[in-house]
Amino acid sequence: MAAIRKKVSAVRILVVILVCIITFVYLVPLLFVIDTSFKPWTVIKEWPPRIFFKPSLAPYIRIFTARAVYPPGSPKLTQEQLDDLTWYERIVYFESNEEILRTGDFPSRYRNSLIITIASTALTILLATFAAYAFSRFKIKGKNDLLFFILSTRMLPAVVVLIPVFLMFRKLGLSDSHLGLTILYTAFNLSFAVWVLKGFIDEIPVEYEEAAMVDGYTRFQTFWKIIVPQAMTGIAATAVFCFIFSWNEFGFAFIMTRSNAQTVPPWLPYQLGVLGYDWGAAAAGAVLFIIPALVFTIILRKNLVRGITFGAIRK
Amino acid sequence: MFRRRNEITSTELQYRALSDQALIRAFVLPTIILLLFVNIFPLFWSLILSFSNFTAKFPLVWGKNPRFMGIEQYIRLLSDPEIWERFITTAKYVVLSVSGEMLLGFGIALLLQIKFRGREFITTLLVLPMTMSPVIVGLMWKLFYNPNWGMFNYLLGLGKIDWATDVKYNLFASVIADVWMWTPFVLLLALAGLGAIPQYLYEAAEVDRASWWHKFTKITLPMVWPLLLVALIFRTMEAFKVFDITMGISGRGATAPHLLSLQLYDTAFVTWKTGVGSALGYIVLIMIIAITNIFIKYLNRAKQ
Repeated sequence: MAAIRKKVSAVRILVVILVCIITFVYLVPLLFVIDTSFKPWTVIKEWPPRIFFKPSLAPYIRIFTARAVYPPGSPKLTQEQLDDLTWYERIVYFESNEEILRTGDFPSRYRNSLIITIASTALTILLATFAAYAFSRFKIKGKNDLLFFILSTRMLPAVVVLIPVFLMFRKLGLSDSHLGLTILYTAFNLSFAVWVLKGFIDEIPVEYEEAAMVDGYTRFQTFWKIIVPQAMTGIAATAVFCFIFSWNEFGFAFIMTRSNAQTVPPWLPYQLGVLGYDWGAAAAGAVLFIIPALVFTIILRKNLVRGITFGAIRK
Repeated sequence: MFRRRNEITSTELQYRALSDQALIRAFVLPTIILLLFVNIFPLFWSLILSFSNFTAKFPLVWGKNPRFMGIEQYIRLLSDPEIWERFITTAKYVVLSVSGEMLLGFGIALLLQIKFRGREFITTLLVLPMTMSPVIVGLMWKLFYNPNWGMFNYLLGLGKIDWATDVKYNLFASVIADVWMWTPFVLLLALAGLGAIPQYLYEAAEVDRASWWHKFTKITLPMVWPLLLVALIFRTMEAFKVFDITMGISGRGATAPHLLSLQLYDTAFVTWKTGVGSALGYIVLIMIIAITNIFIKYLNRAKQ
């Protein structure tokens, strides 16, 4: 506010320091989880909790693997046996006395998340760009009603829609399949994408198209060669938003998938290790899972407001 | 309202009428069909199911499963004291979390009105929680709350309170995590609103030697109010439906706070009372619509 800005600089500095402190305090839960994801087996359960320790990669190794504990009293591995172990097997052996059996479930869940998120984002953008162009450039009978209809599908409580979708998918054999979840996420994101993309396309002057059509372009060529390149920033921003929504989605995935197509969100909080709930591995999984969303947020920061208000506020 | 300057005029449309009409259909229909198939059709289906005793556990036999019983189901649900107890718990959750988010978000936005280097960077950092997965945020807070080694109790100097699963505290555990996750949402909208206030208003007030408080209540607040209301509407709707954050922190069942959305999930997908679940879903839907409508009325008044 202007009033504050004109106050003496001492107040300014105090406020800036205050903002920095608030930001730091705000991020403490996140920092704690990152910190925990590097804690060695014995440090994790210490009280008072330790912030500084010799970091270990073991939690990350544990989230990627399925292991068995050496039974108590079993002989220590000989030097030769130790030499045969890989570096990560050795870390786990020394830290929690476990033997790595095979790759765990995390990589396949992560892959499912990637496949479903990327497929549904691509499909959403494809359909939404077409629809948004038509809504932006043409007079369509009942256009406002249609647009409102598209938006309102987003406001429904998911479960009301989910019960019949669940029955429908069971009948069609789409439960626990990548295709089923992809279709659901596409429908879920479409309303959002159409609204935001329409906003972006509205901003492109119609004169470009008219000029192109005078030059003999067909309507579709104009769309493809003029509008799509012009709207690329908007399309990219919308795609990133759709990616984040699908990546983070929990409710649909929790109900529609069990194992084959299960994504990370419904899996990570409920997986159990042989030694009870493995908090370190859970923290490591959480860190690995939020990285893409965090990176995209940083890329998106200029368009965030526009996205969260469905394109209503353009800033 | 939606008319835009660059809409193509009707004469132009007639000129290329045939191909354009086909193009529109090809462009819009896939979207409409998908939404009809995955959103609208299920919506009506669950409305029909809500008048029946259908259970998805057993195969469909007309007259038995589903057997239709009119509005009896709704009457039974609405006279069930447990539903009202859960409604009140949900209302508590909504009021606590949304008011926390509004106060914190707007407060931080006011502080961020000071221009300094790295302001953008700070804003981006503050926004991060919002784009994480809610259930993973729940999981992160569950780690943070852990009574045996988590940092939360330790930093606040509290005893070994089990925030996640103790029925006395688990609602607040979810509220705190919700506030943490969604304050950035209010913050972003408040920043957009504050940034749009024309500077000359403050300059004029300066000439009149208006006090800081006067400027705040007469310029800042009225100008930002519509956007804050938008944030309020979005957040209330979402908080009413909250499911994932709580699922991450407390799971469901005995350890979870008594929220309507969890009951909804249990009825529909754990005990498989599909018909009852649909009816409950519709009750929640109507509640959300009623509450948002009240807010939207205020919003329209604030805009005038």
